[in-house]
Amino acid sequence: MPSENGTPQPVNMPGDALMAMRDVTMRFGSRTVIDSLDLNVTAGEKLAIIGPSGSGKTTILRLAMGLERPTGGWIRIDGRYLWHVQRNEALVPAGDRQARRARRAVGMVFQQFNLFPHMTALQNVTEPLVHVLRMRRNEAHERANDLLSRVGLATHLEHRPAQLSGGQQQRVAIARSLALRPKLMLFDEVTSALDPELVGEVLNVIRDLAHTTSMAMMIVTHEITFAADIADRVIMFDQGRIVEEGEPKVVLREPQSQRTKQFLKAILER
Amino acid sequence: MTDQVSRTLQDYLPLLFQGVPVTLEATLASITLVVIAGFVFGLGRSSKSPFLRWPVGLVVEVLRGSSAIAQLFWAFYVLPFFGVELSPFVAGVMVLGLNGGAYFSEVVRAAFAAVPKGQTEAAIALNLSSWFRLRRVILPQALPLMIPPFGNALIDMLKFTALLSLVTIQELAYRADAIRSVLAEAGPVYGITLLIYFAMALALSVMVQALERLVDRWAGRTHAGDSAKRRAASSVPRWAFRP
Amino acid sequence: MAGRRSYGAAAATISGAMTLEWDWGFALQTLPTLLRGLVFTLEATFYGSLLAFTLGLVWALARLAEVPVASQLIRLWVEFIRGTPLLIQLYFLFFIFPTYGVTLPALETGVIGLGLYYSAYASEVYRAGIEGVPRGQWEASLALGLPLHRVWGRIVLPQAMRFAIPVLGNFVISMFKESAILSTISVLELIGQANIIGAETARYVEPLTMAALIFLIISYPAARLLRLLEARTGAV
Repeated sequence: MPSENGTPQPVNMPGDALMAMRDVTMRFGSRTVIDSLDLNVTAGEKLAIIGPSGSGKTTILRLAMGLERPTGGWIRIDGRYLWHVQRNEALVPAGDRQARRARRAVGMVFQQFNLFPHMTALQNVTEPLVHVLRMRRNEAHERANDLLSRVGLATHLEHRPAQLSGGQQQRVAIARSLALRPKLMLFDEVTSALDPELVGEVLNVIRDLAHTTSMAMMIVTHEITFAADIADRVIMFDQGRIVEEGEPKVVLREPQSQRTKQFLKAILER
Repeated sequence: MTDQVSRTLQDYLPLLFQGVPVTLEATLASITLVVIAGFVFGLGRSSKSPFLRWPVGLVVEVLRGSSAIAQLFWAFYVLPFFGVELSPFVAGVMVLGLNGGAYFSEVVRAAFAAVPKGQTEAAIALNLSSWFRLRRVILPQALPLMIPPFGNALIDMLKFTALLSLVTIQELAYRADAIRSVLAEAGPVYGITLLIYFAMALALSVMVQALERLVDRWAGRTHAGDSAKRRAASSVPRWAFRP
Repeated sequence: MAGRRSYGAAAATISGAMTLEWDWGFALQTLPTLLRGLVFTLEATFYGSLLAFTLGLVWALARLAEVPVASQLIRLWVEFIRGTPLLIQLYFLFFIFPTYGVTLPALETGVIGLGLYYSAYASEVYRAGIEGVPRGQWEASLALGLPLHRVWGRIVLPQAMRFAIPVLGNFVISMFKESAILSTISVLELIGQANIIGAETARYVEPLTMAALIFLIISYPAARLLRLLEARTGAV
């Protein structure tokens, strides 16, 4: 429970939560995008987040990735606080260095792919391996090769992003993030910017990852059937708050909340 | 009469051409300072901290806002009173360099701003160090954008060196004027001088184009898209001028 | 002519007098003379801009019309003017005119010099603006049966100007600052007056600093105003 001035107090974390957000609030100016959020993701859990635009769901992912610093509350990843350090009994605000350490366990795939346009597909994957994991070049090449083959792009290694379709670019982006072996992978509406016919290839890759790896995932998506298929848990997010939370077959098929019902109706009637 | 003049002009031509190396020296020195100052000011103005942004912004606005010529005279006549003893060449190059740098800082700033924010975020998400981020992600995308304006700035510097003749530096314009006053025939002297400057400008343009190709290769840009754009037809139709 | 030599001579005389104090009284005394010079500066800027923006349009249209020989010549002409120093161009005009029997006061010569120089830059701006009007605009006008002069006057040029005007505005401000170069052909504009005061009183600090300040006081707000207008009209 936070103290009066908002300084977070350490709470004994349940042993198996890979990522925990406690009383997280995010304000941009006068707008409160996320309001006192408590969220846990356990190791290997696949969590789907649905909700209308502007509800704050992308911000949840950005906070988990450490791209934004919460206005209040704390975030813990794989045993490390993102923006705080523990001194004796209290949590003290920390800076970018601490965030960098904590971020190691998390990877993110963006809606706009964000591939490095001046590098080939292979280089996009090898560079983080060489410069972050300090792998040797030939090792990195092998591993990058593996990953890109895994997402079905073995024949496109030397292509630049401009020469790839949206679906292919997104798959490179997934391979790139996978390279660092994150324990938690974040997917931010990764198919929303794609032509409809390219959506399937990307979803297949993610489905494959869900079934074959022990990575935890947080997936923000509008693809309801996909979410129903692979998620262990679904969260309906609106106006900065969790509206409903539970198993896919409940939240997506028989939602309890009026708001969820409304949202799903609008989405599925497109 | 004109025959006599041309002969004497020919005698003076070598003297005129001796101004070319001085001009080129001044141009090179100035453009170096322009690039350095441009980056320093440009990065300063892009900084997140207002304590860096505002002072730098002020300096840039003052340098841009007053006339380059006024600054030149000011540096030449007023600085000695403040105990700053600079040779005319150094003072001149500094004024041209800082003035040009203030303008170029906008180019630098805009080029960095043109790199999509997602690139920075992807680099952060991949835990790449900020040094790597700057050198291998941002700079290769920002630098190619700066080359064409750099080319313009280079030609501008070439032309501005002519102003250095007003503060006793014996570059091309100074010599042209000196020869003109001896011969009392302005046309041929200044005409030839203009042609020499034009030739230098063309040579510099060619070099900048080569630089552009070099930088594009370093930054890993392919030319497939660009040349297609360049050959695109004019949007003005054939019949626009034939009633 | 207030040529280089008088500057040099003045510099030699002052090197002895080491006065670091800023004389406010003297500084204010210089103002009336400086302001008289400012009038010439403003005149030069005004007429120079007028000339530049009219000529520039002529060059631009001549190039766009793709007339076999003339357009190439004009292109070469524009590149030549942009690629050579304004100072030499001014000297050229200033000394050439008398030999052909043209006796123009220095200010007029300066205006022609400035106007010609900036017309080359303006022509590029006009060209970019006109080229920036999408082909579809032309085609739609044709389909509507509009006469050619209306297509230019009502459809194409207004859109081209939306792009061109902010840039041309910046040129005016640049011309204002660059007009100081007219002092080299003995026009008594702002800097010219400052240098004369300096030469006559052996005190350069006050007049030159005041002149630089006057430049700043006028051009900075003008630049901000221009940026504001740009943002408001949502120009490119």
